Amino acid sequence: MYPSRFNYESPKTIAEAIKLLDAGNGEAKILAGGQSLIPMIKLRFAFPEQIVDINNIPGLDYIRFDADGSLHIGALVRHEHLEKSVEISMRQPTIAAAAPLVSDPIVRTRGTFVGSVCHADPQGDWAATMIALKGHLVVQGPKGTRTIAMKDFVLGPYANSLNYNEIAIEAVIPAPKGVARGGYLKLERRVGDFATASVAVALDMSGDTVLGAGFALAGVGGKTIDANDAASVLIGQKLTDATIAKVAALVAAKAEPRTDHRGSAEYKRHIVEIFVKRILVANSTQKVA
Amino acid sequence: MSLDEVKIGGMGASRRRVEDNRFIRGKGNYVDDIVLPGMLHMEILRSPVAHARIKSIDTSAAWDVPGVRLVLTGEMMAARNLAWMPTLSYDTAAVLATDKVRFQGQEVCAVIADDPYIAKDACGKIVVDYEILPPIVNPVQAAAPDAVQIRDDKAGQVGNKIFDWEIGDKARTDKAFQDADVVSKIELHYPRTHPSPMETCGSLADYDRATGKLTVYLTTQAPHIVRAAVAMVAELPEQNIRIVSPDIGGGFGNKVPIYPGYVVAILASILTEKPVKWIEDKTGNLTSTGFGRDVYLKGEMALRKDGKILGVRMNTISDHGAFFADAQPSKFKIGLMHSAFAAYDIPTAHMFATGYYTNKAPGGVAYRCSFRVTEAMFFQERMVQAAADDLGMDQAEFRRVNFVKDEQHPHRTAFGFLTDSGQYEKCLDIGLEAIGYKNFAAEKAEAAKRGRLLGIGISTMTEPLGAGNSREYDILGIKMFDSAELRIHMSGKAILRTGSRGQGTGHETTWAQIVAHELGIPADDILVEEGDTDTAPFGMGTYASRSTPVAGAAIAMVARKVRAKARKLAAHLLEVSEEDIEWELGRFYVRGNQERGVTIQDCAMAAYSNMPDGMEPGLENVAYYDPPNLTWPFACYIAKIEIDPETGVWDVLQFVAVDDCGVRINPMIVEGQIMGGLTEAYAMANMQYQTYDEEGNIIGGNYMDFLLPTAWETPGFELYEVVTPCPHHPIGAKGVGECATVGGPAAFVNAVMDALKDKGVRNIDMPLMPNRVYEALTTGKDVYGMPPVRSGN
Repeated sequence: MYPSRFNYESPKTIAEAIKLLDAGNGEAKILAGGQSLIPMIKLRFAFPEQIVDINNIPGLDYIRFDADGSLHIGALVRHEHLEKSVEISMRQPTIAAAAPLVSDPIVRTRGTFVGSVCHADPQGDWAATMIALKGHLVVQGPKGTRTIAMKDFVLGPYANSLNYNEIAIEAVIPAPKGVARGGYLKLERRVGDFATASVAVALDMSGDTVLGAGFALAGVGGKTIDANDAASVLIGQKLTDATIAKVAALVAAKAEPRTDHRGSAEYKRHIVEIFVKRILVANSTQKVA
Repeated sequence: MSLDEVKIGGMGASRRRVEDNRFIRGKGNYVDDIVLPGMLHMEILRSPVAHARIKSIDTSAAWDVPGVRLVLTGEMMAARNLAWMPTLSYDTAAVLATDKVRFQGQEVCAVIADDPYIAKDACGKIVVDYEILPPIVNPVQAAAPDAVQIRDDKAGQVGNKIFDWEIGDKARTDKAFQDADVVSKIELHYPRTHPSPMETCGSLADYDRATGKLTVYLTTQAPHIVRAAVAMVAELPEQNIRIVSPDIGGGFGNKVPIYPGYVVAILASILTEKPVKWIEDKTGNLTSTGFGRDVYLKGEMALRKDGKILGVRMNTISDHGAFFADAQPSKFKIGLMHSAFAAYDIPTAHMFATGYYTNKAPGGVAYRCSFRVTEAMFFQERMVQAAADDLGMDQAEFRRVNFVKDEQHPHRTAFGFLTDSGQYEKCLDIGLEAIGYKNFAAEKAEAAKRGRLLGIGISTMTEPLGAGNSREYDILGIKMFDSAELRIHMSGKAILRTGSRGQGTGHETTWAQIVAHELGIPADDILVEEGDTDTAPFGMGTYASRSTPVAGAAIAMVARKVRAKARKLAAHLLEVSEEDIEWELGRFYVRGNQERGVTIQDCAMAAYSNMPDGMEPGLENVAYYDPPNLTWPFACYIAKIEIDPETGVWDVLQFVAVDDCGVRINPMIVEGQIMGGLTEAYAMANMQYQTYDEEGNIIGGNYMDFLLPTAWETPGFELYEVVTPCPHHPIGAKGVGECATVGGPAAFVNAVMDALKDKGVRNIDMPLMPNRVYEALTTGKDVYGMPPVRSGN
């Protein structure tokens, strides 16, 4: 690997990291898991002058459910950490379903949830998951902290609404009113492949009634697709063959796939519809606590 | 009391691989591990476009980068008559582009600098002005009457056709088709793929002006061929050229050709008088070095209604990229494609082959196969399945009816090969039993109730391995034999050198086992060394599974020569005449008195300390082996798969492999080869290919687009064994390194096609990605990966 020349700093505090980003004036990049950044600098698609390695900042690797039921994921939580978390597997089924499908087992030991969300790859699993879950990010910059809702965060492919001198320090997923249900399905040609199509489904259920629902798609558009609008047909309804078919068609209509070597646009849209159905059917037949 | 052969690590011992001791500790010694004092680093600037005239190249900004020692262009190479080099197929290939670039990724300039970072930075400063020309990305475009000529550098070249070539008996085959009850047809594309070894290509060239010696550490499967080529191209005296192939991180055919980077690095070392290292990156490897396959195959089979095959017609159209640089025996333009149907008793066959230039990377290498045998066997087994379906005959029964019977060997094939031995039906029966063929209909019906489609696919293969003989097989006139040199030290330990070159394939382990088998010297006492042209005897290297068939035979023969001399020493030590000496493993004894004997080690000591009067001292010899024929392993692979019809995703439920590679030297290594080969076969069938968009941009130039299977998705394989010793090989062995890659793909594809049989679908081109399977399922039509090419036969 022969990237172009860069300076490397490894700050010990968030404040120091922000100072370095600020001084970098847009030419500094944060290194967390590095699973996207390192290939990009290797291929010289990216030429950051300054690398700010945040891995030595303590206290950013937490997964925490607050008393109100909201989920907080620190900036250095690795995919594998989510995959193996018992609490996640019991309380947050969309994340639990997506975690083992993120890239491959090697990448999952290193890549971070928040880093992946910030990278805003249209194929990324976590940006889609966060949109379906209607989460937000807590970001910190020279002027203090602010929150950015996911719906306002992904601006386009590889583009987010962070300022150059801000760090996303935490992802927050709001508490469900009832019980969190949902799932995640991805079609890929091989483990670690970019998705042909991915579907994130978040459900907030009371008994067998849907209180809230979220849908987002990866791999089927120029950016992560927010399909949350489609959810309205489910609110207050039960998951029946009819409601499932209706919402699946609406979500599939939101996809903006292109024909390429992974398949035709029609095929990818079809996969979205099938995957929405499969996730909802799986949730409809499960006993809800 | 004879030695226990397995205990001394002889034939049949699953001896642990001695080379792994360093590999698993990270102590291998690859080209990139070699560091020489004052070494410089080279980086290549590649063409970003597929086809363009070079209007100008401005290297001034690159020269200005601190630490840059040399910037080479095609013009500078041309001044030294090195802008073009010969290929292994009697064509020429550009070293650095002068007039045009002819594929994306082609070598345009080289920067030599103090470190690789500087070299890469400076490459980015070179400005090349390209005048874009229309790209040609498939043979249909290449053959169009108004197609732009890619090779306008070649005098006498008309259009983009490279060759027309035919083999077989056309008149007799035409007659067979007239007499046929049924004619079955199939047409398909075997997509371009890439061997993609873990280690990329690279070299470290070190020219010493004081001694005139050129040493090149090189990622090559055939160091002696490189030495000969360098002597011819660079006009350096051959005794002053030393090619060292250190540990090789996988070859798979990719490291047979001579690449531009090697040539440029050698010239750079001569010009700078410093060692120059060039290590290709992964994208460079995937986009510019020898690919595999990329052939359109069309054919038909003349059938009698009772199932007997009367004749076969084949037509191939191959895409060779910008230069005809196939690594293959020179006499055969499309490799050993005519090995197709060698396991079947077919009265007559005819094949017509056409090759074209395109604006794609050159170098159809034999990716883990014996020169296009993979395409041949894939076509054979796809054709056989289509024929069985057209006849309404059971696919296993159809094969059984048409197989060459055991007692028919040696059998002359319709295309003229002589297969040596085999038990084809036995292998098929073992496979059918293991996969539960009899119960399959019930299993399929049960799966249909769950909404799943089941399919079973059979593929058999026999592969001509171990080129020569030298009468028919040569590369650029150099006959395809191989060699071994064995030197027994006075303590009875030994060093063995061969003209072959292992690539992580276990030569250091298995070669010693052959010597142990022949001489009774424990394998652990034998050092195997390969790859250094200053010390190894001349050989044609390792590819096309030729190591065991040719070099392995040479090892047995040299060991026998050594044993013949040891016998004389034994007679001297035992004070009897040579005629009264008997041999058992590791020991000579006096006939009729088995107690009275000497070991091979005693003989070795005597060769240095107590030889009889008039005998030359020492115990060593060399053998050059020119095989009388190719060896013909056989295999039967059967896959059982299940399709999810809603998505087109298919999963392998069971895979059975029955391999007959003759006598197995090291069963563990054989099994490893079969497992690895099946993994590659699965990749080609399921996910892997290189394609180009209409502008000639490669899709598959990195590991996100060119997919290597991982342990995650690769199915399990059940292995079975049949042993039919090769009748003409000294130890009865046949090649095995490639059988599974060759025969495997058709088993997967046939299984998917079997599952779709009643949907009216006859073909889906590889890779059988879910979207292609879904398309076939829902439309009931064949799915081609590329526009099918049609041509008159």
